[in-house]
Amino acid sequence: MAPIQRSSTLRLTGLLCLLFLVFFSHGFASHDAVSEKSSETIQEDSRSQANSTAHKKTFPVLSFNYEHVRTPFEISLWILLALFMKLGFHIIPTVSHIVPESCLLIFVGLLVGGIIKATGEQPPVLDSNLFFLYLLPPIILDAGYFLPMRPFTENIGTILMFAVMGTLWNVFFIGGMMYAVCQIDAAKLAHVDLLSCLLFGSIISAVDPVSVLAVFEEIHINELLHILVFGESLLNDAVTVVLYHLFKEFAHEQAITVTGAVLGVISFFVVSLGGVMVGVIYGIVGAFTSRFTSYSRVIEPLFVFLYSYMAYLSAEIFHLSGIMSLIACGVIMRPYVEANISHKSYTTVKYFLKMWSSVSDTLIFIFLGVSTVAGPHTWNWIFVIFTVIFCLVSRVLGVIGLTAFINKFRIVKLTKKDQFIIAYGGLRGAIAFSLGFLLNNNEIKNLFLTAIITVIFFTVFVQGMTIRPLVELLAVKKKKESKESINEEIHTQFLDHLLTGIEDICGHYGHHHWKDKLNRFNKTYVKRWLIAGERSTEPQLISFYNKMELKQAMMMVESGSAAKLPTIVSTVSIRNVQAKGSPKPSRAISKSREEEIRRVLRANLQNTRQRLRSYSRYELLNDALEDDISEARFRKQKEMERRMSHYLTVPANRQETPPVRKVFFQPEHKVYTYDDSESPRGRASPSCADDVSELKETPEKPDQSSTPRANRDAELKPKEQDDQGDQLKVSRCLSDPGPNPEDDEDSTFLP
Amino acid sequence: MGALQSSPGRPEYSDLAEKTGFSFEQIGVLHKRFKQLSHNEETLQRDNFNEIDDLAFNPIRAQIIEAFFDRRNFHQNGAGKVQEIGFEEFVVVMSHFRPPSADMTEEQRGKTRREKLRFLFNMHDTDNDGTITLEEYRHVVEELLSRSGTLEKETAKCIADAAMLEVASISVGHMEPDEFYEGITFEHFLKLLERFEIESRMTIRFLNMDTTTLCK
Repeated sequence: MAPIQRSSTLRLTGLLCLLFLVFFSHGFASHDAVSEKSSETIQEDSRSQANSTAHKKTFPVLSFNYEHVRTPFEISLWILLALFMKLGFHIIPTVSHIVPESCLLIFVGLLVGGIIKATGEQPPVLDSNLFFLYLLPPIILDAGYFLPMRPFTENIGTILMFAVMGTLWNVFFIGGMMYAVCQIDAAKLAHVDLLSCLLFGSIISAVDPVSVLAVFEEIHINELLHILVFGESLLNDAVTVVLYHLFKEFAHEQAITVTGAVLGVISFFVVSLGGVMVGVIYGIVGAFTSRFTSYSRVIEPLFVFLYSYMAYLSAEIFHLSGIMSLIACGVIMRPYVEANISHKSYTTVKYFLKMWSSVSDTLIFIFLGVSTVAGPHTWNWIFVIFTVIFCLVSRVLGVIGLTAFINKFRIVKLTKKDQFIIAYGGLRGAIAFSLGFLLNNNEIKNLFLTAIITVIFFTVFVQGMTIRPLVELLAVKKKKESKESINEEIHTQFLDHLLTGIEDICGHYGHHHWKDKLNRFNKTYVKRWLIAGERSTEPQLISFYNKMELKQAMMMVESGSAAKLPTIVSTVSIRNVQAKGSPKPSRAISKSREEEIRRVLRANLQNTRQRLRSYSRYELLNDALEDDISEARFRKQKEMERRMSHYLTVPANRQETPPVRKVFFQPEHKVYTYDDSESPRGRASPSCADDVSELKETPEKPDQSSTPRANRDAELKPKEQDDQGDQLKVSRCLSDPGPNPEDDEDSTFLP
Repeated sequence: MGALQSSPGRPEYSDLAEKTGFSFEQIGVLHKRFKQLSHNEETLQRDNFNEIDDLAFNPIRAQIIEAFFDRRNFHQNGAGKVQEIGFEEFVVVMSHFRPPSADMTEEQRGKTRREKLRFLFNMHDTDNDGTITLEEYRHVVEELLSRSGTLEKETAKCIADAAMLEVASISVGHMEPDEFYEGITFEHFLKLLERFEIESRMTIRFLNMDTTTLCK
């Protein structure tokens, strides 16, 4: 009972807030509608009044001046509205399960627009400038920065095929067919000429990344399909930009010339490759800058954002593809920046991007709804209906045709189910609307806008709502819950090298060969320039391992108990795995010692780099564990600080040394101290990654030596120590201290 | 098991084609490469492989080369190593990397997966005792990291140990503190990499293929 009551009161509150906000904003809208006309005079008046009345009236304690803050105030109100809506939909779970969020948001926009219009005001329309310059970039950057590179590069051929060929096919098919439709007398559309139809086709054909993201994120479809549709929606921007400008020019001149067509083709390559190049340049500069940001950590995230945004704007200056530039910048920048920036900055970047893109996306859909109510519409049944039909038909035909061709070259073929989902996932969205809005004002524009809005509504509402049950019905593979496995990572790397080797033996340069070459180039030249310090030589397997260790350590913090290995519910511990003959320590360690050891472990492990693999906004919401862990970690760290009086707030790369006599931790601290100007980085297997290059290859003979470790004032460890240290390090690595052999109390700890 | 003549006609290929699933064109291409590698001799030795320049950068080069000379990979239930191989063995080893054809049944797919995983297993299990011990696994990880810096021996050990732990936990679940996990058996290995989709990942494109299907 109680929850239902609560939710209904929440709903009521939400609705009241909404109405309140709307009326508030409307009230001020009307206020300044009046004041707009006489704003100057009023201002003068008030000023003169103020001057003249200064002598007569008393000083006004409280005065009202809304003009002053009008624009930021209204913007804030809109954003607040968007946020309340988002909150509301998540509090009420039943609706959001059936209807995707984007639909609900458009609906809210319609409501708000309706309310504003009902009160006689002109609701604001989604200004194209606002959309392209402020609302779209955060979403694209978020998508590009967290783009999963492996599936993307593996399927790049398919994606490009769909993006370029698919969009071209759509444009010409729809444009041509609509022209044919316009010739029908009954439609009274004879004034729409071929070029305008082609222009219309170019606007309406492109799959929209915002809508695709919004819908696909919720259905958790398998990675391949997701990256195909999403990648297509990103890369078709170049085609759209070129065709749009091309046809606009032609429509202006009312003629198509051959040179024009040829120039169009050339322009396509310039636009796409130029955009990518701009992005790459900014990405490299950004990565290089991040190499030095250790001097001022607080501004690190800003560099990421600003460089990406500049890449976008710079591309837009030259009419290159801004979206591709942004994606390229994010993709290039990310591996190097992540290696350089601090953990906190990394978290900041991640959260800010998600936050901005979330707000943007909400605002876009709301504004779409509002603009629908606002805009002048020219409704022509035949035109609109046929547009919708041809959009669907051309998409299906295009996908089927292209897949038949692509499957010849793919190893993992695309099945009919896949094709259906790809075709069905071709959603249109706000980009189409904004492009349409940019058309020159004439009677055709309203016709087009109406049709565009109808198509958008159709795809988002109908396709968006039905895709989830269809996915269930067709039993399409969902995204698998990828539990991170060090074995899989090892084998991924192993396979990479193996396949490269086989390709070399076969004697032909396949795509593994080139990938390997690129990796080597990256490692030898690029990383050295763009990554600060020692991180530049850290191999991927180790980063992965560090990250896993961090996770385990954090989970141990959570569980708090000594012997439990958190990720695995089993009683298998390292002792079971170790070679039989190795010295099984028989002495149990005292509880307090264990506690201290664990705390030190945690402190050392927590400065590890974390590599993000998720790119879904929704996945982020489930990342609560990370926050709790960071919190718990931080609290415990503070506590330890207090107890041992060390300073740790500055990303500590040294001095995590507690004054405890544990000689075997010495190597960790050795490792920490030498890189004092770097960010705290994954030396999580610090115990393992000793700076012991001189260590000779020790035979794994279990050695019962009990030489005290006091000899270890140098980094080099004598041979017999290796096994004990080995076992100990192993257990340390697994955050399971385990019983320690030979506590040599007499050996002093040398900081 | 004789080595093929220097100018083989198609009928000799048909035998191989049936055995391995390659098409005639592909076998022809592979034969050309074989002759190139072996300097027109009948058999290949390890030195011939060492001459391939591109392989020099590969961290697991030794293991790849060994895999070619490993009798377990010849589909003849043999064991141990040979010193030289003929064209037939060459093609058989290569056939482990064929992509699965589109019209495979689930059972065939499972069979292919087992085959490929068996190949990988053999690569790791160097002493041919049927299990991948901790030592062998450590060696694998060390080799992987061998090209990437000088200080990774300890890390390699740790990583290998953690990996073994994971396998043990996945496969065995519960173990008493004094029990000992011998090593990864083939069954455990299968279970470990079950979600890995190895049949499509462990493939390379062979040239001159028919664009329709790879099997006849």
